[in-house]
Amino acid sequence: MSQEFLITILATAITAGTPILYAALGEVLTERSGIINLGVEGMMLVGAVCGFVFAIKTNDPWLGVFAAMLGGGAMALIHAFLTVTLQANQIVSGLALTLFGTGLSGFLGKSYIGIPVENPFKPVELGFLSDIPIIGAIFFQHDYLVYITYLLVPILWFLVYKTKPGLNLRAVGENPAAADSLGVSVYKIRYIYVILGGMLAGVGGAYLSLAYAPSWLENMTAGRGWIAVALVIFATWNPLRAMFGSYIFGGIDALGFRAQAMGVMIPSFFLKMLPYLFTILVLIIVTRKAMANRVGAPGALGLSYDREER
Amino acid sequence: MIRLERRSAPSLLGTILIPLIAIFLALITGAIFLYLNGLSSPNGITWGQVFAVYTGMLDGAVGSTYGISETIVKAIPLMLCGLGVSIAFRMLLWNIGAEGQFHMGAFGAAWVALTFPHLPVYLMIPAMVLAGMLCGGIWGLIPGIPRAYLGVNETITTLMLNYVAMLWVSYFVFGPWKDPQGMNFPLSKPFEPAAILPTLGSSRVHLGLAFGILIAVILWFALRRSRWGYEVTVIGESPRAASYAGMNITKNILIVMFLSGAICGLAGMAEVSAIAQRMQPGLSPGYGYTAIIVAWLGKLNPFAIILVSFLLGGLQVGGYSVQSSGVPAAIVFMIQGALLFFILGGEIFNRYKIVFKNKVKVGV
Amino acid sequence: MTADYLVEMKQITKRFPGVVANDGVNLQVKKGEVLALLGENGSGKSTLMSILSGLYRPDEGEIYIEGQKFSFKSPREAIFAGIGMVHQHFKQVDTFSVAENVILGSKDTKFFLNAKKVEQDIEELSRGYGLHVDPTAKIWQLSVAEKQRVEIVKMLYRGSKLLVLDEPTAVLTPQEARELFQTLRKMTAKGQSIILITHKLNEVMEVADRVTILRGGKSVATREKHEVNERELARLMMGQTMVIPSKKEEANFGATVLELERVSAGSDARRVGIKDISLQVRAGEIMGIAGIAGNGRRELAETIAGLRKIVEGKIFIGGKDVTNLSTLEVIDEGVSYVPEDRLGTGLVPNLGAVDNLILKEYRRPRLGSGPFINRRKANEYATELVNDVGVKLTGLEAPVKLLSGGNLQRLLLSRELACSPKVIVAVYPARGLDIAATEAIHEMLLEQRSKGTAIVLISEDLEELLKLSDNIGVLYKGSLMGILPVEKAEPEIIGLMMLGAKPGEELAS
Repeated sequence: MSQEFLITILATAITAGTPILYAALGEVLTERSGIINLGVEGMMLVGAVCGFVFAIKTNDPWLGVFAAMLGGGAMALIHAFLTVTLQANQIVSGLALTLFGTGLSGFLGKSYIGIPVENPFKPVELGFLSDIPIIGAIFFQHDYLVYITYLLVPILWFLVYKTKPGLNLRAVGENPAAADSLGVSVYKIRYIYVILGGMLAGVGGAYLSLAYAPSWLENMTAGRGWIAVALVIFATWNPLRAMFGSYIFGGIDALGFRAQAMGVMIPSFFLKMLPYLFTILVLIIVTRKAMANRVGAPGALGLSYDREER
Repeated sequence: MIRLERRSAPSLLGTILIPLIAIFLALITGAIFLYLNGLSSPNGITWGQVFAVYTGMLDGAVGSTYGISETIVKAIPLMLCGLGVSIAFRMLLWNIGAEGQFHMGAFGAAWVALTFPHLPVYLMIPAMVLAGMLCGGIWGLIPGIPRAYLGVNETITTLMLNYVAMLWVSYFVFGPWKDPQGMNFPLSKPFEPAAILPTLGSSRVHLGLAFGILIAVILWFALRRSRWGYEVTVIGESPRAASYAGMNITKNILIVMFLSGAICGLAGMAEVSAIAQRMQPGLSPGYGYTAIIVAWLGKLNPFAIILVSFLLGGLQVGGYSVQSSGVPAAIVFMIQGALLFFILGGEIFNRYKIVFKNKVKVGV
Repeated sequence: MTADYLVEMKQITKRFPGVVANDGVNLQVKKGEVLALLGENGSGKSTLMSILSGLYRPDEGEIYIEGQKFSFKSPREAIFAGIGMVHQHFKQVDTFSVAENVILGSKDTKFFLNAKKVEQDIEELSRGYGLHVDPTAKIWQLSVAEKQRVEIVKMLYRGSKLLVLDEPTAVLTPQEARELFQTLRKMTAKGQSIILITHKLNEVMEVADRVTILRGGKSVATREKHEVNERELARLMMGQTMVIPSKKEEANFGATVLELERVSAGSDARRVGIKDISLQVRAGEIMGIAGIAGNGRRELAETIAGLRKIVEGKIFIGGKDVTNLSTLEVIDEGVSYVPEDRLGTGLVPNLGAVDNLILKEYRRPRLGSGPFINRRKANEYATELVNDVGVKLTGLEAPVKLLSGGNLQRLLLSRELACSPKVIVAVYPARGLDIAATEAIHEMLLEQRSKGTAIVLISEDLEELLKLSDNIGVLYKGSLMGILPVEKAEPEIIGLMMLGAKPGEELAS
């Protein structure tokens, strides 16, 4: 395997991993607050279609990203209302969100299938950074949305572990009753981070329709939202590890595409199965390890909080 | 601020009214989106036209004998998959892999039909049923094993296997099973007549309907009257109490995941045998996902699931019938998703009384 | 406004579905005093304090702090007003450090967390009151007494003027309790006010300045300590309800039924297992087991009940080796288990009485043949049990979670006793029950003792153990410190053993 080919694979791993990364970061925040949102797939789709439609109408991809954030956030708001205020079952609500998002995105995007974006996100050179041998070619010949994640990941990590809002967030996810007894508003924090999670998922979707593809196709996320949910477990709810995991998945995705170019004689259907099978495998390994090391999910993940529960 | 006060017991009226109100609100939601979408089209739209879309859907679903029979045809896979996932849901196993189990069931049945084309009908159909249920069951069991022994999240694994199953089926119809006389379309050879489920008269309503009703009766009886059904109920309500009472949770997870997959597999078998009559991609417009709504809307009660499947089957037929007038069929999935939201939101009225406080608190 | 009161609660009423928990309650606290809030379980003490700490909102009534009227919408507002609540179940984040728990939600916490500085502050603050805590330790590593100190530090860090302690000694040994009382005295000397919620008369006499007595949700009296004696307090607390305490019959031990031979068993995450425990319980004997929470009480109970894998050693029941048999087989050997968490483990909250009563009987032939359960027979069976023990039900199918604690426990016990067990393991069976229900449960256990059942009674409540047991063993960090006959089991000695002393060492000193 030539060095050039390897660099291409690694660089593609980053672009293929970026939509998953956005969604996974969002889900990390959501789950840290104690709410599971299985609607990531639906929020990504809505983000993808909103981003696409607005980018076409305004001819500005940034406005598209903004619309995707609004779309994903609005979807997440439904989930927050159902699970935080009405204390509905989080799993079922998330499934409903995915089904609704799939339908809604198909409905909104119907007349945009096959239309190209005139002004998608394109790779941008970052001065001397892009000229660093190998490193530059892998990390610094991408579009702005990729560069943003380079900043977003450490910022979110710092936020979660080293700041007061992060302390409150973790406390609400671990033990809402304790946080509430000290005056940390459980409901407010859960709303904020569920919506933030939806916004990031929306951006992940917009990355697909405005940078990765760039076009709109029904169900174009093809399970990436679910992979993001699985990745959060792999990442043990840590933004840095989510980044690492996303790139691994991106790499497998990229390999699947390029394996045939490498002359691998496996039918493409089986190569396309790889990310899904890999997700299952990773989940099994991670769960086993988590059981052995006793690192777990946020203590109150998936549980409604009711102050006057007796 | 909205505040909740616990109810001591759910009200009977609520149990009946809530689903009806939820259906109504879901349709309203669909109407709003239809209207907004229509506004941006060059011709604009009036509320009258939105209403016409709904009457068109209603007419398409139940306005003719053909419509009604098509509604039943769509209801069959929905009820079977709905019944399948409902057993898993009872144990709080979130099997959302019905779509994949459906496809694997279809695959198993097709394998029998294509590999042993000359079996007599009295062997062919049972063999196809068996193979379909076995393949679907195994597809449910695969995520069941890591769930039972390691506690691996089954929601994600069952969903991932949906994609794998569909790619698996695609491989066969694009490859080894492709009909040489099929003009290079991804279709298998048509099944022999012996491999096709009998239908009711000249309609497409097939024996799968009887499968669905039979399974509902068996499930209802097993859940209410058998020791196994009692175990499933207790494990679903409180795993800790179940293991305290000496019940084998691991074993029950495996059994339930297999059964759940097998029933969804049967749905796939019936669909491929009676409707497609050959193996092909796109066997299901998302029956496995809609089944989740069917099961939840039916409150996991087998007979309610049958009723609900007719409702959602009708919605699908109606959705297709208005497609010709330019309404995207995706509206159906949107209404379904909204329906699940409203059902979920409505459940709160069973558990709580809602108290509106006059003091509004500032905040999100 | 009377300014000598720090806090005044006037005519507080709070209703829950089906009960009036507080009915026009009045309460005043002076600056720098310890006020005891005395009452039986279910008298409304906890509800009243949850209202004072902003967790619940009263339906009627007013709260004044230093003469100013307050209406708390959340615990946050109560904390800012200077009310610091130490709950019975500590509200702490287990995975956080002590320092993180202390600063959580405090308005003095800066955006960027400065761990070093915060730890130093906490160290200084706690030293001032003689409260020893390590600010860098994770909560899950701490003992119960340490966790309690963290709760107190948490409130002091927020500058609380009034500290409310909910049954603080329930989880402590007598020695730890005394140490806590000394700390409380130190705090009042520095001007803190304290409300001590309790149902123990001796604690009132030992530490309080004044006492307010609650009964049936009403405040029935407030007295200066030096004006009252224990007898009068008891009369005020119980009212006219005469409870005849259950009487223990003369012991009549039979052969050894339950034997543990050097048993060790594993633990869940962050808890101790049990180590090398040897124990024999004879027919007609109640073996009491004392120990602070987190020292292996639950693990011991689960090991005997066949719910926990035994790593080393052997268990015999009636001479038969039952080591690591399945839970089902252990049940069939005649072991009944009354778990501490009755609604979460012992019962299925959303199912009705019938389904709960057949939880262990459903697979036996009397309730149906083959794979089926005969619903009619199940109903008859359940009705019989319910009538036997006098459980008050709204219906056989109504979810049991709606029942009161006393009725739940009666339901659970009736099921566990129905199969004529050889061994009963009961963990804190009277937890949270009022005095009548407690007596009823004790009566049921003593009746089993007379019938010749071997009983292991694991409890947090020393009084309960001393009253019912024939012998008392003490668990500390998963090991048995020793077994004493009840006549020799002075609370002081048991207390020292709960802190890790062996009986021999202690007696020698």
